[in-house]
Amino acid sequence: LQVDLWQPSSPLHIGRGTVTDVRVPQNTSQRLLPCLQQANIPYTILIPDLQKAIENQTGQRPPRSRRSLSAYNYEVYHSLEEIESWMHHLNKTHPELVHMFSVGKSYEGRPLFVLKVGRRSRPYKQAVWMDCGIHAREWIGPAFCQWFVREALQTYETDPDMRKMLTQLYFYVMPVFNVDGYHFSWTNDRFWRKTRSKNSRFRCHGVDANRNWKVKWCDEGASLHPCDDTYCGPFPESEPEVRAVAQFLRRQRRQLRAYLSFHAYAQLLLYPYSYKYATIPNVGCVESAASKAVQALQSAYGVRYRHGPASSTLYVSSGSSMDWAYKTGIPYAFAFELRDTGHFGFLLPETLIGPTCTETMLAVRNITLHLLQRCP
Amino acid sequence: AAMELPPDLFPATRAAALAAAFACYRRGGPGRGLALRGVTRAGRQDIDDVGRKYHLELVLEDVLDKDSTINCTAEVLYHLGNKPMAPDVQFTLEGELKDTDEADKRFYNRVKSLEKELVAENIPDSHGHVSPEMEPIHLLAWAASGYVIWQNSTENTKFQLAQIKCVKQVKRSDEYLEFDYLILLHEMVSQEIIPWQMTVLWHPQHGVQVTGDSHQPQHTPQ
Repeated sequence: LQVDLWQPSSPLHIGRGTVTDVRVPQNTSQRLLPCLQQANIPYTILIPDLQKAIENQTGQRPPRSRRSLSAYNYEVYHSLEEIESWMHHLNKTHPELVHMFSVGKSYEGRPLFVLKVGRRSRPYKQAVWMDCGIHAREWIGPAFCQWFVREALQTYETDPDMRKMLTQLYFYVMPVFNVDGYHFSWTNDRFWRKTRSKNSRFRCHGVDANRNWKVKWCDEGASLHPCDDTYCGPFPESEPEVRAVAQFLRRQRRQLRAYLSFHAYAQLLLYPYSYKYATIPNVGCVESAASKAVQALQSAYGVRYRHGPASSTLYVSSGSSMDWAYKTGIPYAFAFELRDTGHFGFLLPETLIGPTCTETMLAVRNITLHLLQRCP
Repeated sequence: AAMELPPDLFPATRAAALAAAFACYRRGGPGRGLALRGVTRAGRQDIDDVGRKYHLELVLEDVLDKDSTINCTAEVLYHLGNKPMAPDVQFTLEGELKDTDEADKRFYNRVKSLEKELVAENIPDSHGHVSPEMEPIHLLAWAASGYVIWQNSTENTKFQLAQIKCVKQVKRSDEYLEFDYLILLHEMVSQEIIPWQMTVLWHPQHGVQVTGDSHQPQHTPQ
């Protein structure tokens, strides 16, 4: 007997006494209701005919803004221009929850946009930073950042957890960190990874934006050769994108409770350190947050993520944004490597955007609530 | 000296990826792709003057039917020395793989009856799409790339097939199907994308064979 779970967001949250809302087709309900009666589970039918309710609703003309939010297709990959106009649109239509701003300019002169998402409920609020697309070819990243914002805007009124998150925190979401690289991966080379800065001595372009941060810069796991895909750059924060975000995060570091970076692929949830094999001082809370998040993620479709310190779980790398964020004083720093494990790799089909984002959403909500409620 | 390894950390996962690629080469084809689902146990042993041997218990999954998994035990021996040598890999599958005779025969007949040689490029495309007609070509490359991955792996590499850049059928007078592939391999540790050419022979009864392969120079502008 399969049901569409509307509340809570994951079967993991269903326990004794939990109010659970499910949607079932009519023929299934004929089998479900006797089951519930036999099990002595009290129920109420909230909507007897969903189809009719939807038809009635569509009769009223929703304000243009809200309609357009659902007209954007979150299950296809969008070009940089499309993502930027999407951000502008949300900024205009959801002023109570969204504020769009720029932290600087890319090497090729493009603005570096960030969305500040949350309710202006109190003067001082803590914040969570999320960035996607540090590496150009990891398209599922920007897709997830957009999905997250959509979910936040669509569910904060009806979902108590989301309401809590947006009331107690701001989310700084940067849907595309490496704008030049992302654009290049659409127009020239689908497998481009780095930024697009020009190198004075070699004919190769670009720096690995996740090796350019000022934390054990260019030690193990990064390359000094400009033509390599893990090139650390001529010096730390040489890339304007990295410098702009680093400046912003440094200024906001007292407010920032968590740093989340979204990459692909490998199905991992990682925490520091990447540059050495050592245990972070607050490993207790970090490890339990990661472990629970991975379980929550798995509850959606059964997809297994491994988790642990980046150095031993994935590989040693130096100059990463996650290590830098942690060193700068943001106590909870994580990096996701989203689907899959190599069958499609970077070329994750659009049909898998929905499932990937849905399960990742559970992990992000879980981490956020865990940090709010159970961590110092 | 033999020691147990954490199955989730990278020395074990790299050896496992290699074993899975090898198994895919040996048992894969246009109708079947095998991928690594996970590692259940791993052990490692240094053998003096020879190299490092990994003992692995893995779970493989059928790429076409994710719910279908098969347990596998494997041994991977990385050789010592300066001369690059392909690792030795042995594996045993516990159980039977799904029969692909029907699908194989259909693909074989379809290609044999083509008037013009099959030609295709960018599989999957930028958005991850693979047309149903190209799925067997994709799976055949997946199996054949297992050979290239096996031949070129070390303890510091983890390869995956990233994309088929282009594939051209080479008509033959005998019963075999021959394809000339240009593939892109993704090497996880260095994060490099490596173009590679491979000549692939296939026959429903004789399996996959890579009869020639070569590392290609970077052809896209840097």
